[in-house]
Amino acid sequence: MSEELTAQTIRITGFGGDALEAYLSVPDDGAAPRGSVVVIHHMPGYDSSSKEIVRKFAANGYAALMPNLYFREAPGASPDDAAATARANGGVPDERLVGDVAGASDYLRALPGSTGKVGVIGYCSGGRQSFLAACSLQLDAAVDCYGACIVNAPPEGMPLKVKPIVELAPQLSCPLLGLFGADDKYPAPEETAELSAVLDGLGKPHEFHTYEGAGHAFFSVDRPAYRPEAATDGWRRIFDFYARYLAS
Amino acid sequence: MCTYNTENIAITGSGKGANGWFSLSDATVYFDHPVHAMAEHTLNIDFRNPAGGPSARVAVELTAESARALAAAIEAALASVPAALVS
Repeated sequence: MSEELTAQTIRITGFGGDALEAYLSVPDDGAAPRGSVVVIHHMPGYDSSSKEIVRKFAANGYAALMPNLYFREAPGASPDDAAATARANGGVPDERLVGDVAGASDYLRALPGSTGKVGVIGYCSGGRQSFLAACSLQLDAAVDCYGACIVNAPPEGMPLKVKPIVELAPQLSCPLLGLFGADDKYPAPEETAELSAVLDGLGKPHEFHTYEGAGHAFFSVDRPAYRPEAATDGWRRIFDFYARYLAS
Repeated sequence: MCTYNTENIAITGSGKGANGWFSLSDATVYFDHPVHAMAEHTLNIDFRNPAGGPSARVAVELTAESARALAAAIEAALASVPAALVS
């Protein structure tokens, strides 16, 4: 694989017909048949490290697109200022997230070379949103990286607008890969085990891996939470998973 | 985790941001992942003026120990002056 790619900022149509900023990276492969991935950024926003993830997918043969989920509140703002504004406004409503991922997946399916197969991946708050999108849209593979509040309600006392969404599990439209840290408290291993049991009961294909010695955000290369062994193995599993479900 | 939990308060004062001084109208306080501090979680304060756009913000990210020390120092500073000055 050459790992040659093109990356650019584009506009897509998201929830409610809104024009959204999005970061697109596509392999320089002459539009050979390839799968696609919608990347859902973490709560700190549409930042440089998230764009690096988008490029990593393109370097590995996928067209990847990440909508700026905070674009409406903070067009043109730096990622940290945008994230602060979105937080102060109460975060991203679930309905809006689903509409934005739908717009991103439609854009990817229309690209030259698309196999029509689209996966989704999200980190941190995006992990929950990846599950939400996969239960709300027709997708082909979903990856949840340490998303909390899927099964459990937020801790008592938190005026959180996010609610558990495990009741959506019967509508899960595709296989789910879950990557978690054994030391994470949100989601704790007990919560992810409960989600696994629910999916088992529904006959929904899924693979969950919980890494010892890793906590929340172990994929974040620029944070103290980074755990190279877990992250390296996690990436291997992500690409293996997408190869199975997003190829031709 | 992403705690999401955010305390919002109205404030009066000024702050100095990337584009100089501006009036403050809001502060948000939360314990969550920092953008810059090398800790898994920090006590973050955004001093803001939403009317001035997302960039009208002065941000700090403090370890929990630092945040408690700051809160105590603020109280101590206020307590050390005549009540008439801070009423």
